[in-house]
Amino acid sequence: MSLLELADVRKHFGPVQALDGVSFAVDGGEVIGLVGDNGAGKSTLMKTVTGVHAPDGGSIRLDGTLLNGREPGEIRALGVEMIYQDLALARMQDVASNIFLGREPTRRLFGLPIRMIDRPRIEREAAAMIRKLGARLPSVDYVVGHLSGGQQQSVAIARALTFNPRLVIMDEPTAALAVREVEHVLDMIRELRRQGIAVILISHRLNDVFAVCDRIIALRQGQVVADQPIAQTSMNEVVAHIVGAA
Amino acid sequence: MPDAAAIAAPVRRPGMRFVVRLESLAVLAVLVIVLAVLSPYFLSVSNFLNILLATSVIGVLAYGATFVIAAAGIDLSLGSVLGLSGVVGALSVNELGLPWPFGILACLATGALCGTVNGLLNARAGIPAFIVTLGMLGVARGLGLVLTNGVPVYGLDPVLVYIGQGRPAGVPFPVIVFLLTGGVAHFVLAYTRFGKYALVIGDNEGAARAMGVRVQRQRVALYALSGMMAGLAGLLFMARTNAGDPTGGLNYELTAITATILGGTNLFGGRATIFGTLIGALIMGVLQNGLNLLAVSSFYQQMAIGAVLVLAVWLDQVNRTRARR
Repeated sequence: MSLLELADVRKHFGPVQALDGVSFAVDGGEVIGLVGDNGAGKSTLMKTVTGVHAPDGGSIRLDGTLLNGREPGEIRALGVEMIYQDLALARMQDVASNIFLGREPTRRLFGLPIRMIDRPRIEREAAAMIRKLGARLPSVDYVVGHLSGGQQQSVAIARALTFNPRLVIMDEPTAALAVREVEHVLDMIRELRRQGIAVILISHRLNDVFAVCDRIIALRQGQVVADQPIAQTSMNEVVAHIVGAA
Repeated sequence: MPDAAAIAAPVRRPGMRFVVRLESLAVLAVLVIVLAVLSPYFLSVSNFLNILLATSVIGVLAYGATFVIAAAGIDLSLGSVLGLSGVVGALSVNELGLPWPFGILACLATGALCGTVNGLLNARAGIPAFIVTLGMLGVARGLGLVLTNGVPVYGLDPVLVYIGQGRPAGVPFPVIVFLLTGGVAHFVLAYTRFGKYALVIGDNEGAARAMGVRVQRQRVALYALSGMMAGLAGLLFMARTNAGDPTGGLNYELTAITATILGGTNLFGGRATIFGTLIGALIMGVLQNGLNLLAVSSFYQQMAIGAVLVLAVWLDQVNRTRARR
Protein backbone atom coordinates (compact mmCIF):
# COMPACT_ATOMS: atom_id res chain seq x y z
CA MET A 1 0.00 0.00 0.00
CA SER A 2 1.27 3.43 -0.88
CA LEU A 3 1.57 6.24 1.63
CA LEU A 4 -0.71 8.61 -0.29
CA GLU A 5 -3.32 7.36 -2.71
CA LEU A 6 -5.48 9.63 -4.84
CA ALA A 7 -8.30 8.00 -6.79
CA ASP A 8 -10.46 9.93 -9.25
CA VAL A 9 -10.26 13.18 -7.24
CA ARG A 10 -12.65 15.84 -8.53
CA LYS A 11 -13.16 19.47 -7.60
CA HIS A 12 -15.02 22.26 -9.30
CA PHE A 13 -15.40 25.93 -8.50
CA GLY A 14 -18.71 26.98 -9.99
CA PRO A 15 -18.59 25.99 -13.65
CA VAL A 16 -14.79 25.53 -13.63
CA GLN A 17 -13.68 21.90 -13.33
CA ALA A 18 -10.38 22.44 -11.48
CA LEU A 19 -9.68 18.74 -10.89
CA ASP A 20 -11.08 16.27 -13.34
CA GLY A 21 -10.46 12.76 -11.98
CA VAL A 22 -6.91 12.81 -10.65
CA SER A 23 -5.38 9.49 -9.61
CA PHE A 24 -1.83 8.67 -8.49
CA ALA A 25 0.05 7.23 -5.57
CA VAL A 26 3.11 8.29 -3.60
CA ASP A 27 5.34 6.01 -1.51
CA GLY A 28 7.27 6.88 1.63
CA GLY A 29 10.69 8.33 0.84
CA GLU A 30 9.63 9.17 -2.69
CA VAL A 31 10.11 12.66 -4.14
CA ILE A 32 7.45 13.63 -6.66
CA GLY A 33 7.70 16.62 -8.96
CA LEU A 34 4.24 17.99 -9.66
CA VAL A 35 4.34 20.20 -12.73
CA GLY A 36 1.88 21.95 -14.98
CA ASP A 37 0.98 25.31 -16.43
CA ASN A 38 -0.66 28.04 -14.37
CA GLY A 39 -4.22 26.97 -13.64
CA ALA A 40 -3.52 23.30 -14.30
CA GLY A 41 -4.77 22.46 -10.81
CA LYS A 42 -1.51 21.75 -8.93
CA SER A 43 -2.16 23.98 -5.91
CA THR A 44 -5.86 23.12 -5.85
CA LEU A 45 -5.00 19.42 -5.82
CA MET A 46 -2.58 19.80 -2.95
CA LYS A 47 -4.99 22.00 -0.97
CA THR A 48 -7.54 19.23 -1.44
CA VAL A 49 -5.07 16.81 0.13
CA THR A 50 -4.44 19.13 3.11
CA GLY A 51 -8.16 19.71 3.68
CA VAL A 52 -8.20 23.40 2.77
CA HIS A 53 -10.52 22.47 -0.12
CA ALA A 54 -13.08 19.69 0.17
CA PRO A 55 -13.06 17.34 -2.85
CA ASP A 56 -16.35 16.89 -4.70
CA GLY A 57 -15.61 13.31 -5.64
CA GLY A 58 -13.04 10.53 -5.51
CA SER A 59 -10.96 9.50 -2.53
CA ILE A 60 -7.76 10.63 -0.85
CA ARG A 61 -6.12 8.16 1.51
CA LEU A 62 -3.07 8.36 3.71
CA ASP A 63 -1.89 4.90 4.67
CA GLY A 64 -5.42 3.69 3.97
CA THR A 65 -7.09 6.34 6.14
CA LEU A 66 -9.65 8.34 4.20
CA LEU A 67 -8.83 12.07 4.31
CA ASN A 68 -11.99 13.31 2.53
CA GLY A 69 -14.06 15.62 4.70
CA ARG A 70 -11.45 16.01 7.43
CA GLU A 71 -10.42 19.37 8.84
CA PRO A 72 -6.95 20.71 7.96
CA GLY A 73 -5.94 20.26 11.62
CA GLU A 74 -6.82 16.56 11.59
CA ILE A 75 -4.92 15.99 8.37
CA ARG A 76 -1.85 17.72 9.81
CA ALA A 77 -2.13 15.51 12.86
CA LEU A 78 -2.03 12.47 10.56
CA GLY A 79 1.34 13.66 9.25
CA VAL A 80 0.66 15.75 6.15
CA GLU A 81 2.39 19.15 6.09
CA MET A 82 2.34 21.70 3.34
CA ILE A 83 4.51 24.72 2.69
CA TYR A 84 2.08 27.01 0.93
CA GLN A 85 3.11 29.29 -1.88
CA ASP A 86 2.06 32.34 0.14
CA LEU A 87 3.73 30.65 3.16
CA ALA A 88 0.54 30.92 5.28
CA LEU A 89 2.26 32.90 8.01
CA ALA A 90 0.68 35.21 10.59
CA ARG A 91 2.99 38.14 9.94
CA MET A 92 2.16 40.09 13.09
CA GLN A 93 3.03 37.08 15.23
CA ASP A 94 6.54 36.04 16.17
CA VAL A 95 8.57 33.18 14.75
CA ALA A 96 7.90 30.73 17.58
CA SER A 97 4.14 31.34 17.49
CA ASN A 98 4.09 30.71 13.75
CA ILE A 99 6.06 27.48 14.01
CA PHE A 100 3.59 26.17 16.60
CA LEU A 101 0.49 27.71 15.03
CA GLY A 102 -2.45 25.34 15.43
CA ARG A 103 -0.44 22.99 17.65
CA GLU A 104 0.45 25.04 20.69
CA PRO A 105 1.34 22.87 23.64
CA THR A 106 -0.46 24.01 26.79
CA ARG A 107 0.11 23.75 30.51
CA ARG A 108 -2.09 24.28 33.50
CA LEU A 109 -2.26 27.61 35.27
CA PHE A 110 -1.22 26.99 38.90
CA GLY A 111 -2.44 23.39 38.54
CA LEU A 112 -5.98 24.60 37.84
CA PRO A 113 -7.97 23.15 34.96
CA ILE A 114 -7.21 26.29 32.97
CA ARG A 115 -4.91 25.80 30.02
CA MET A 116 -2.41 28.39 28.90
CA ILE A 117 0.04 28.19 26.03
CA ASP A 118 3.35 26.73 27.16
CA ARG A 119 5.42 29.63 25.90
CA PRO A 120 8.81 28.55 27.29
CA ARG A 121 8.47 25.16 25.64
CA ILE A 122 7.44 26.74 22.33
CA GLU A 123 10.45 29.04 22.36
CA ARG A 124 12.82 26.24 23.30
CA GLU A 125 11.60 23.82 20.65
CA ALA A 126 11.28 26.46 17.94
CA ALA A 127 14.85 27.58 18.58
CA ALA A 128 16.07 23.97 18.46
CA MET A 129 14.31 23.39 15.13
CA ILE A 130 15.78 26.51 13.59
CA ARG A 131 19.26 25.53 14.75
CA LYS A 132 18.77 22.07 13.27
CA LEU A 133 17.73 23.54 9.93
CA GLY A 134 20.69 25.91 9.98
CA ALA A 135 18.38 28.82 9.18
CA ARG A 136 19.67 32.29 9.95
CA LEU A 137 16.97 33.98 12.01
CA PRO A 138 17.62 36.74 14.53
CA SER A 139 15.45 35.27 17.29
CA VAL A 140 12.33 33.19 17.79
CA ASP A 141 10.54 36.16 19.35
CA TYR A 142 11.05 38.27 16.22
CA VAL A 143 7.87 39.33 14.43
CA VAL A 144 7.69 37.42 11.15
CA GLY A 145 6.59 40.43 9.09
CA HIS A 146 9.97 42.04 9.77
CA LEU A 147 11.96 39.17 8.29
CA SER A 148 13.23 38.93 4.72
CA GLY A 149 11.43 36.72 2.20
CA GLY A 150 14.00 33.96 2.56
CA GLN A 151 13.80 34.08 6.33
CA GLN A 152 10.00 33.90 6.23
CA GLN A 153 10.37 30.86 4.02
CA SER A 154 12.64 29.29 6.64
CA VAL A 155 9.91 29.79 9.22
CA ALA A 156 7.35 28.06 7.00
CA ILE A 157 9.78 25.21 6.37
CA ALA A 158 10.60 24.86 10.06
CA ARG A 159 6.91 24.68 10.85
CA ALA A 160 6.39 21.89 8.30
CA LEU A 161 9.25 19.81 9.66
CA THR A 162 8.81 20.26 13.43
CA PHE A 163 6.10 17.66 13.95
CA ASN A 164 7.59 14.55 12.31
CA PRO A 165 5.63 14.65 9.07
CA ARG A 166 5.21 11.63 6.80
CA LEU A 167 4.43 13.65 3.72
CA VAL A 168 5.66 17.18 3.01
CA ILE A 169 4.09 19.16 0.17
CA MET A 170 6.01 22.19 -1.08
CA ASP A 171 4.33 24.72 -3.35
CA GLU A 172 6.99 26.67 -5.26
CA PRO A 173 9.46 26.68 -2.35
CA THR A 174 12.31 28.01 -4.47
CA ALA A 175 10.52 30.67 -6.51
CA ALA A 176 11.59 33.58 -4.31
CA LEU A 177 15.05 32.38 -3.33
CA ALA A 178 18.61 33.17 -4.29
CA VAL A 179 20.74 30.46 -5.87
CA ARG A 180 22.49 29.42 -2.66
CA GLU A 181 19.19 29.25 -0.77
CA VAL A 182 17.71 27.10 -3.54
CA GLU A 183 20.54 24.60 -3.07
CA HIS A 184 19.77 24.56 0.62
CA VAL A 185 16.12 23.66 -0.02
CA LEU A 186 17.09 20.94 -2.50
CA ASP A 187 19.52 19.45 0.02
CA MET A 188 16.75 19.49 2.57
CA ILE A 189 14.47 17.55 0.22
CA ARG A 190 17.20 14.92 -0.26
CA GLU A 191 17.55 14.67 3.51
CA LEU A 192 13.78 14.13 3.88
CA ARG A 193 13.94 11.31 1.33
CA ARG A 194 16.80 9.72 3.28
CA GLN A 195 14.57 9.75 6.36
CA GLY A 196 11.79 7.98 4.45
CA ILE A 197 9.54 11.05 4.29
CA ALA A 198 7.60 11.53 1.07
CA VAL A 199 7.85 14.90 -0.69
CA ILE A 200 5.65 16.44 -3.35
CA LEU A 201 7.39 19.38 -4.97
CA ILE A 202 5.36 21.83 -7.03
CA SER A 203 7.72 23.89 -9.13
CA HIS A 204 7.98 25.79 -12.36
CA ARG A 205 11.74 25.39 -12.24
CA LEU A 206 12.29 22.14 -14.08
CA ASN A 207 16.00 22.24 -13.22
CA ASP A 208 15.08 21.84 -9.56
CA VAL A 209 12.57 19.12 -10.34
CA PHE A 210 15.09 17.12 -12.32
CA ALA A 211 17.75 17.65 -9.65
CA VAL A 212 15.86 16.05 -6.77
CA CYS A 213 12.74 14.19 -7.90
CA ASP A 214 12.32 10.46 -8.43
CA ARG A 215 9.16 10.77 -10.43
CA ILE A 216 7.38 13.53 -12.27
CA ILE A 217 3.63 14.01 -12.59
CA ALA A 218 2.27 16.54 -15.04
CA LEU A 219 -1.20 18.05 -14.71
CA ARG A 220 -3.09 19.69 -17.52
CA GLN A 221 -6.60 21.10 -17.18
CA GLY A 222 -7.17 19.15 -14.00
CA GLN A 223 -6.02 15.80 -15.36
CA VAL A 224 -2.83 13.76 -15.02
CA VAL A 225 -1.21 13.79 -18.47
CA ALA A 226 2.09 12.17 -17.49
CA ASP A 227 3.39 10.09 -14.59
CA GLN A 228 6.93 8.92 -15.26
CA PRO A 229 10.18 8.17 -13.44
CA ILE A 230 12.67 10.97 -13.99
CA ALA A 231 15.15 8.55 -15.53
CA GLN A 232 12.72 7.73 -18.33
CA THR A 233 11.88 11.25 -19.42
CA SER A 234 13.56 14.43 -20.52
CA MET A 235 13.03 18.08 -19.97
CA ASN A 236 11.73 18.53 -23.51
CA GLU A 237 9.21 15.78 -23.03
CA VAL A 238 7.99 17.28 -19.76
CA VAL A 239 7.62 20.71 -21.32
CA ALA A 240 5.62 19.12 -24.13
CA HIS A 241 3.29 17.53 -21.56
CA ILE A 242 2.86 20.80 -19.72
CA VAL A 243 1.87 22.76 -22.80
CA GLY A 244 -0.18 19.92 -24.24
CA ALA A 245 1.98 19.23 -27.28
CA ALA A 246 2.74 15.61 -26.43
CA MET B 1 -3.21 46.27 4.80
CA PRO B 2 -2.04 43.42 7.05
CA ASP B 3 1.52 43.86 5.83
CA ALA B 4 1.54 47.51 6.67
CA ALA B 5 0.18 46.81 10.10
CA ALA B 6 2.89 44.25 10.75
CA ILE B 7 5.50 46.90 10.34
CA ALA B 8 3.99 49.11 13.00
CA ALA B 9 3.85 46.24 15.49
CA PRO B 10 6.54 46.10 18.14
CA VAL B 11 9.45 44.07 16.89
CA ARG B 12 10.15 41.93 19.86
CA ARG B 13 7.79 39.59 21.51
CA PRO B 14 8.18 40.55 25.19
CA GLY B 15 6.59 43.83 24.19
CA MET B 16 3.64 42.26 22.51
CA ARG B 17 2.00 41.10 25.70
CA PHE B 18 2.15 44.20 27.84
CA VAL B 19 3.20 47.18 25.84
CA VAL B 20 0.53 49.60 25.07
CA ARG B 21 1.55 51.91 22.37
CA LEU B 22 3.27 54.75 24.07
CA GLU B 23 1.04 57.17 22.23
CA SER B 24 -1.96 55.93 24.21
CA LEU B 25 -0.26 56.53 27.53
CA ALA B 26 1.00 59.88 26.31
CA VAL B 27 -2.49 60.98 25.31
CA LEU B 28 -3.82 59.93 28.72
CA ALA B 29 -1.02 61.77 30.51
CA VAL B 30 -1.52 64.96 28.49
CA LEU B 31 -5.26 64.85 29.11
CA VAL B 32 -4.75 64.43 32.85
CA ILE B 33 -2.26 67.31 33.01
CA VAL B 34 -4.42 69.65 30.97
CA LEU B 35 -7.52 68.90 33.02
CA ALA B 36 -5.60 69.20 36.29
CA VAL B 37 -4.63 72.71 35.23
CA LEU B 38 -8.07 73.66 33.94
CA SER B 39 -10.18 72.33 36.80
CA PRO B 40 -9.41 72.45 40.54
CA TYR B 41 -11.78 69.52 41.10
CA PHE B 42 -10.08 67.14 38.73
CA LEU B 43 -7.19 65.87 40.86
CA SER B 44 -8.81 64.10 43.78
CA VAL B 45 -9.28 60.53 44.91
CA SER B 46 -13.04 60.82 44.75
CA ASN B 47 -12.98 62.22 41.23
CA PHE B 48 -10.52 59.52 40.22
CA LEU B 49 -12.94 56.88 41.52
CA ASN B 50 -15.76 58.67 39.68
CA ILE B 51 -13.82 58.38 36.45
CA LEU B 52 -13.19 54.68 37.04
CA LEU B 53 -16.86 54.16 37.85
CA ALA B 54 -17.99 56.00 34.74
CA THR B 55 -15.46 54.02 32.69
CA SER B 56 -16.52 50.61 34.02
CA VAL B 57 -19.44 49.98 31.70
CA ILE B 58 -17.64 51.28 28.60
CA GLY B 59 -14.49 49.42 29.62
CA VAL B 60 -16.24 46.06 29.88
CA LEU B 61 -17.87 46.68 26.49
CA ALA B 62 -14.51 47.61 25.03
CA TYR B 63 -12.94 44.33 26.22
CA GLY B 64 -15.53 42.51 24.14
CA ALA B 65 -14.89 44.81 21.18
CA THR B 66 -11.15 44.10 21.50
CA PHE B 67 -11.56 40.35 20.97
CA VAL B 68 -13.79 40.83 17.96
CA ILE B 69 -11.65 43.53 16.34
CA ALA B 70 -8.51 41.45 17.04
CA ALA B 71 -10.02 38.87 14.69
CA ALA B 72 -10.73 41.55 12.06
CA GLY B 73 -14.43 41.64 12.95
CA ILE B 74 -16.65 44.37 14.31
CA ASP B 75 -19.56 44.40 16.75
CA LEU B 76 -21.85 47.40 16.34
CA SER B 77 -24.59 45.86 18.49
CA LEU B 78 -22.75 46.27 21.81
CA GLY B 79 -24.79 49.20 23.11
CA SER B 80 -28.16 47.74 22.11
CA VAL B 81 -27.33 44.34 23.54
CA LEU B 82 -26.28 46.10 26.76
CA GLY B 83 -29.71 47.73 26.93
CA LEU B 84 -31.62 44.53 26.14
CA SER B 85 -29.61 42.53 28.70
CA GLY B 86 -30.45 45.00 31.46
CA VAL B 87 -34.13 44.87 30.52
CA VAL B 88 -34.26 41.07 30.51
CA GLY B 89 -32.31 40.91 33.78
CA ALA B 90 -34.67 43.37 35.47
CA LEU B 91 -37.81 41.69 34.09
CA SER B 92 -36.72 38.21 35.11
CA VAL B 93 -36.46 39.33 38.73
CA ASN B 94 -39.27 41.91 38.93
CA GLU B 95 -41.86 40.28 36.68
CA LEU B 96 -41.04 36.59 36.79
CA GLY B 97 -40.17 36.76 40.49
CA LEU B 98 -36.91 34.86 40.10
CA PRO B 99 -34.25 35.24 42.82
CA TRP B 100 -31.47 37.78 42.17
CA PRO B 101 -28.80 35.32 40.95
CA PHE B 102 -31.09 34.63 38.00
CA GLY B 103 -31.10 38.33 37.25
CA ILE B 104 -27.33 38.19 36.83
CA LEU B 105 -27.55 35.04 34.76
CA ALA B 106 -30.30 36.53 32.61
CA CYS B 107 -28.14 39.56 31.75
CA LEU B 108 -25.13 37.43 30.81
CA ALA B 109 -27.20 34.84 28.93
CA THR B 110 -29.10 37.47 26.95
CA GLY B 111 -25.83 39.04 25.87
CA ALA B 112 -24.22 35.72 25.01
CA LEU B 113 -27.29 34.67 23.04
CA CYS B 114 -27.33 37.87 20.96
CA GLY B 115 -23.60 37.44 20.36
CA THR B 116 -24.04 33.83 19.32
CA VAL B 117 -26.69 34.83 16.81
CA ASN B 118 -24.31 37.49 15.47
CA GLY B 119 -21.53 34.92 15.23
CA LEU B 120 -23.62 32.26 13.52
CA LEU B 121 -24.97 34.70 10.94
CA ASN B 122 -21.48 36.00 10.26
CA ALA B 123 -19.47 32.77 10.30
CA ARG B 124 -21.99 30.21 9.04
CA ALA B 125 -24.27 32.26 6.81
CA GLY B 126 -21.39 34.41 5.59
CA ILE B 127 -23.10 37.77 6.08
CA PRO B 128 -20.57 40.56 6.73
CA ALA B 129 -20.11 41.32 10.44
CA PHE B 130 -20.82 44.98 9.80
CA ILE B 131 -24.32 44.17 8.50
CA VAL B 132 -25.12 41.40 10.97
CA THR B 133 -24.27 43.48 14.01
CA LEU B 134 -25.88 46.60 12.56
CA GLY B 135 -29.05 44.54 12.21
CA MET B 136 -28.69 43.28 15.77
CA LEU B 137 -28.28 46.90 16.90
CA GLY B 138 -31.80 47.53 15.63
CA VAL B 139 -33.35 44.22 16.68
CA ALA B 140 -31.99 44.18 20.24
CA ARG B 141 -32.91 47.81 20.86
CA GLY B 142 -36.39 47.25 19.47
CA LEU B 143 -36.91 44.08 21.48
CA GLY B 144 -35.96 45.90 24.68
CA LEU B 145 -38.56 48.55 23.92
CA VAL B 146 -41.20 45.93 23.07
CA LEU B 147 -40.61 43.99 26.28
CA THR B 148 -40.98 47.08 28.45
CA ASN B 149 -43.37 49.10 26.37
CA GLY B 150 -40.65 51.69 26.39
CA VAL B 151 -40.90 52.23 30.16
CA PRO B 152 -37.88 51.43 32.36
CA VAL B 153 -38.34 48.66 34.94
CA TYR B 154 -37.54 50.40 38.21
CA GLY B 155 -36.71 49.11 41.68
CA LEU B 156 -34.42 46.10 41.75
CA ASP B 157 -33.44 43.57 44.40
CA PRO B 158 -31.02 45.16 46.94
CA VAL B 159 -28.27 42.69 46.06
CA LEU B 160 -28.42 43.75 42.42
CA VAL B 161 -28.40 47.40 43.44
CA TYR B 162 -25.30 46.70 45.54
CA ILE B 163 -23.53 45.40 42.43
CA GLY B 164 -24.05 48.81 40.89
CA GLN B 165 -23.89 51.15 43.86
CA GLY B 166 -22.06 49.27 46.61
CA ARG B 167 -18.62 50.43 47.73
CA PRO B 168 -16.65 47.69 49.45
CA ALA B 169 -13.62 49.39 51.07
CA GLY B 170 -14.68 52.63 49.41
CA VAL B 171 -14.20 51.28 45.88
CA PRO B 172 -17.30 51.21 43.70
CA PHE B 173 -18.30 47.62 42.98
CA PRO B 174 -18.47 48.13 39.17
CA VAL B 175 -14.84 49.28 39.26
CA ILE B 176 -13.85 46.00 40.91
CA VAL B 177 -15.76 44.05 38.25
CA PHE B 178 -14.17 46.19 35.51
CA LEU B 179 -10.62 45.60 36.74
CA LEU B 180 -11.07 41.89 37.53
CA THR B 181 -12.69 41.28 34.15
CA GLY B 182 -9.76 43.10 32.59
CA GLY B 183 -7.36 40.71 34.30
CA VAL B 184 -9.21 37.66 33.03
CA ALA B 185 -9.61 39.11 29.53
CA HIS B 186 -5.90 39.93 29.41
CA PHE B 187 -5.02 36.38 30.40
CA VAL B 188 -7.34 34.91 27.76
CA LEU B 189 -6.11 37.19 24.96
CA ALA B 190 -2.40 37.00 25.70
CA TYR B 191 -1.88 33.51 27.08
CA THR B 192 -4.47 31.07 25.74
CA ARG B 193 -5.05 29.40 22.40
CA PHE B 194 -8.42 31.13 22.21
CA GLY B 195 -6.78 34.55 22.30
CA LYS B 196 -3.92 33.54 20.05
CA TYR B 197 -6.33 32.23 17.42
CA ALA B 198 -8.38 35.42 17.56
CA LEU B 199 -5.23 37.39 16.69
CA VAL B 200 -4.11 34.94 14.03
CA ILE B 201 -7.51 34.98 12.31
CA GLY B 202 -7.29 38.77 12.19
CA ASP B 203 -3.74 38.56 10.88
CA ASN B 204 -4.16 35.93 8.16
CA GLU B 205 -7.39 33.97 8.12
CA GLY B 206 -6.27 31.63 5.35
CA ALA B 207 -3.15 30.69 7.28
CA ALA B 208 -5.17 30.11 10.43
CA ARG B 209 -7.44 27.74 8.56
CA ALA B 210 -4.64 25.91 6.77
CA MET B 211 -2.85 25.37 10.06
CA GLY B 212 -5.89 23.74 11.62
CA VAL B 213 -7.61 26.60 13.44
CA ARG B 214 -11.38 26.08 13.25
CA VAL B 215 -12.03 29.58 12.04
CA GLN B 216 -15.83 29.49 11.90
CA ARG B 217 -16.24 27.99 15.34
CA GLN B 218 -13.74 30.47 16.77
CA ARG B 219 -15.63 33.35 15.18
CA VAL B 220 -18.94 32.29 16.69
CA ALA B 221 -17.24 32.00 20.07
CA LEU B 222 -15.71 35.47 19.70
CA TYR B 223 -19.06 37.12 19.01
CA ALA B 224 -20.64 35.14 21.82
CA LEU B 225 -17.92 36.43 24.15
CA SER B 226 -18.41 39.97 22.91
CA GLY B 227 -22.16 39.63 23.51
CA MET B 228 -21.58 38.24 26.98
CA MET B 229 -19.37 41.22 27.80
CA ALA B 230 -22.22 43.45 26.64
CA GLY B 231 -24.47 41.44 28.96
CA LEU B 232 -22.07 42.03 31.85
CA ALA B 233 -21.94 45.71 31.01
CA GLY B 234 -25.75 45.63 30.90
CA LEU B 235 -25.80 44.13 34.39
CA LEU B 236 -23.53 46.88 35.70
CA PHE B 237 -25.56 49.59 34.00
CA MET B 238 -28.86 48.17 35.25
CA ALA B 239 -27.52 47.81 38.78
CA ARG B 240 -26.07 51.29 38.85
CA THR B 241 -29.25 52.95 37.62
CA ASN B 242 -31.47 50.58 39.63
CA ALA B 243 -33.52 49.99 36.50
CA GLY B 244 -33.84 47.93 33.38
CA ASP B 245 -33.79 50.79 30.91
CA PRO B 246 -34.61 49.90 27.27
CA THR B 247 -32.71 52.99 26.10
CA GLY B 248 -29.67 52.11 28.22
CA GLY B 249 -26.32 52.05 26.46
CA LEU B 250 -27.49 54.07 23.47
CA ASN B 251 -24.46 54.77 21.21
CA TYR B 252 -22.11 53.09 23.69
CA GLU B 253 -20.63 50.98 20.89
CA LEU B 254 -19.22 54.20 19.47
CA THR B 255 -17.34 54.94 22.69
CA ALA B 256 -16.29 51.31 23.22
CA ILE B 257 -14.86 50.93 19.72
CA THR B 258 -13.12 54.29 20.03
CA ALA B 259 -11.55 53.19 23.32
CA THR B 260 -10.36 49.97 21.70
CA ILE B 261 -8.72 51.73 18.77
CA LEU B 262 -7.19 54.38 21.05
CA GLY B 263 -5.64 51.51 22.99
CA GLY B 264 -3.68 50.41 19.95
CA THR B 265 -5.84 47.58 18.65
CA ASN B 266 -5.47 47.35 14.89
CA LEU B 267 -8.80 48.11 13.25
CA PHE B 268 -7.99 45.46 10.62
CA GLY B 269 -7.14 42.75 13.13
CA GLY B 270 -4.05 40.86 14.23
CA ARG B 271 -2.85 43.22 16.94
CA ALA B 272 -4.63 43.89 20.21
CA THR B 273 -3.98 44.11 23.95
CA ILE B 274 -6.45 44.33 26.79
CA PHE B 275 -4.15 46.65 28.72
CA GLY B 276 -4.19 49.00 25.75
CA THR B 277 -7.98 48.91 25.70
CA LEU B 278 -8.03 49.68 29.43
CA ILE B 279 -5.93 52.77 28.74
CA GLY B 280 -8.15 53.67 25.80
CA ALA B 281 -11.26 53.37 27.96
CA LEU B 282 -9.63 55.56 30.61
CA ILE B 283 -8.86 58.18 27.98
CA MET B 284 -12.55 58.24 27.06
CA GLY B 285 -13.53 58.32 30.74
CA VAL B 286 -11.14 61.15 31.57
CA LEU B 287 -12.24 63.08 28.50
CA GLN B 288 -15.92 62.84 29.42
CA ASN B 289 -15.23 63.62 33.06
CA GLY B 290 -13.14 66.62 32.11
CA LEU B 291 -15.79 67.95 29.75
CA ASN B 292 -18.34 67.53 32.52
CA LEU B 293 -16.17 69.39 35.01
CA LEU B 294 -15.69 72.16 32.49
CA ALA B 295 -19.48 72.24 32.06
CA VAL B 296 -19.38 71.38 28.37
CA SER B 297 -22.79 70.28 27.13
CA SER B 298 -23.24 66.57 26.53
CA PHE B 299 -24.19 67.37 22.96
CA TYR B 300 -20.65 68.54 22.35
CA GLN B 301 -19.35 65.46 24.13
CA GLN B 302 -21.00 63.23 21.52
CA MET B 303 -19.23 65.22 18.85
CA ALA B 304 -15.93 64.94 20.70
CA ILE B 305 -16.19 61.14 20.94
CA GLY B 306 -16.93 60.77 17.25
CA ALA B 307 -14.07 63.08 16.34
CA VAL B 308 -11.66 61.21 18.61
CA LEU B 309 -12.52 57.89 16.90
CA VAL B 310 -11.74 59.25 13.45
CA LEU B 311 -8.63 61.01 14.75
CA ALA B 312 -7.31 57.84 16.42
CA VAL B 313 -7.67 55.77 13.25
CA TRP B 314 -6.16 58.55 11.16
CA LEU B 315 -3.11 58.89 13.43
CA ASP B 316 -2.66 55.12 13.38
CA GLN B 317 -2.65 55.12 9.61
CA VAL B 318 -0.24 58.03 9.37
CA ASN B 319 2.06 56.16 11.73
CA ARG B 320 1.95 53.02 9.69
CA THR B 321 2.56 54.75 6.38
CA ARG B 322 5.55 56.46 7.94
CA ALA B 323 6.90 53.20 9.36
CA ARG B 324 6.72 51.66 5.91
CA ARG B 325 9.12 54.08 4.34
